[in-house]
Amino acid sequence: MLKGRHLVDPQDLQLNELDQLCTLADRIQKNQSQYRDLCRGQVLATLFFEPSTRTRLSFEAAMLRLGGSCLGFAEPSSSSVAKGESLADTIRTVAAYADMIVMRNPKEGAALLASRYSTVPVVNAGDGGHHHPTQTLTDLLTIRQLRGSTEGLTIGFCGDLRFGRTVHSLAETLARYKNNTMVFISPPELKIPDYIKTGALAKNNIQYRETDRLEAVMGDLDVLYMTRVQRERFFNEEDYVRLKDFYILDNEKLKIAKKNLIILHPFPRVNEIAVEVDADPRAAYFAQAKYGMYIRMALIASLLGAA
Amino acid sequence: MLNIAKIKNGIVIDHIKAGQGLRIFNWLGLGKAPYTVAFVVNAESRRLGRKDIIKIDNEITIDFAVLGLIDPNITVNIIENEKITEKIRLKLPERVENILICKNPRCITATEKYAPHIFHLVDPERGLYRCEYCDEQRSTEDFR
Repeated sequence: MLKGRHLVDPQDLQLNELDQLCTLADRIQKNQSQYRDLCRGQVLATLFFEPSTRTRLSFEAAMLRLGGSCLGFAEPSSSSVAKGESLADTIRTVAAYADMIVMRNPKEGAALLASRYSTVPVVNAGDGGHHHPTQTLTDLLTIRQLRGSTEGLTIGFCGDLRFGRTVHSLAETLARYKNNTMVFISPPELKIPDYIKTGALAKNNIQYRETDRLEAVMGDLDVLYMTRVQRERFFNEEDYVRLKDFYILDNEKLKIAKKNLIILHPFPRVNEIAVEVDADPRAAYFAQAKYGMYIRMALIASLLGAA
Repeated sequence: MLNIAKIKNGIVIDHIKAGQGLRIFNWLGLGKAPYTVAFVVNAESRRLGRKDIIKIDNEITIDFAVLGLIDPNITVNIIENEKITEKIRLKLPERVENILICKNPRCITATEKYAPHIFHLVDPERGLYRCEYCDEQRSTEDFR
């Protein structure tokens, strides 16, 4: 039962709960009219201390499609945070107005702290470079729907693996499924953090490789997870400029890729996937955005105890 | 060999790694203690070669979590009526609160000052702890 629970870290969910959510999302997608009044009378607060397009809008679209309502802010300057209010006070106040809180905050661990002051479920919509569990749910659903399974795959993560929270969350979660192999493709400065390797990967005996050359491993991959080098994670503009175009996926590089590869990207993208790739049937990132809304509908309904 | 009189009721902090004793002495505020304290440095030790010892002739409360972080090999003897009534072998605590401080500027504890700094032991052999909020690792070496 997920009713009343927080979702801070993908590890908060057991594998059977992840599978239940994916199954519910699949049902919702196939029969939307059956679910359109499921959350009528319920209010979702979306607190975004950092800009977002997809995550915030997909949560709001998900709640509206379930018959509920939304309130919140899209940037901290339009809230009392700008006056110096603590996160704890903001959360306690909003919990009095809403049935569930979705929060994005640039600070790592913000959602965990928020969950300790909230009387309603808190969902982490990204806490700095740390976790992004609903993106992980989106990625899992996409892989499951397009590859038929989340087991026995070789998954390549490419780009900013150091600050890329979507990578951390997905790698830790896919490590819990059987027989997956991971390939981490990044410049040395943006390597996957040690805590992922010594934590989830070691604990689950996951085989992994690290390389800085995408071409060297392209032919081995079943899933390629591209990421953007995020300007907002750098303290030094020079470092960002030097690394931002380190990897650009184009049709040439895809020539040696498997025919049934799926290319994912949490978006927004900048230059890391050439626009020409969009026409390739292996490009799954727009389908991924659609699955994101359905999995969030499943999550909202489950945490509110409506499904 | 230096002889120091037995204490009646109090605590002996033994097997302190040579050189760490002064830190513990200062941390416990023993320089201003109104009771008898003996601080021995570089005593001979079969186990350690050299060790520091602190004898406190008073019953005081010590946070063993902090003491364990400074040196997990320490032994604490509780003395009552000049006899050892309890021997406590320290170890690294599983969880520490507001003892190790998270240095990650991106951690929520950097801005929300009321949030306690909580660390969990993840690697006892290497003395590694992980911040509950941001997963940043810190070593007991950072604390020492």
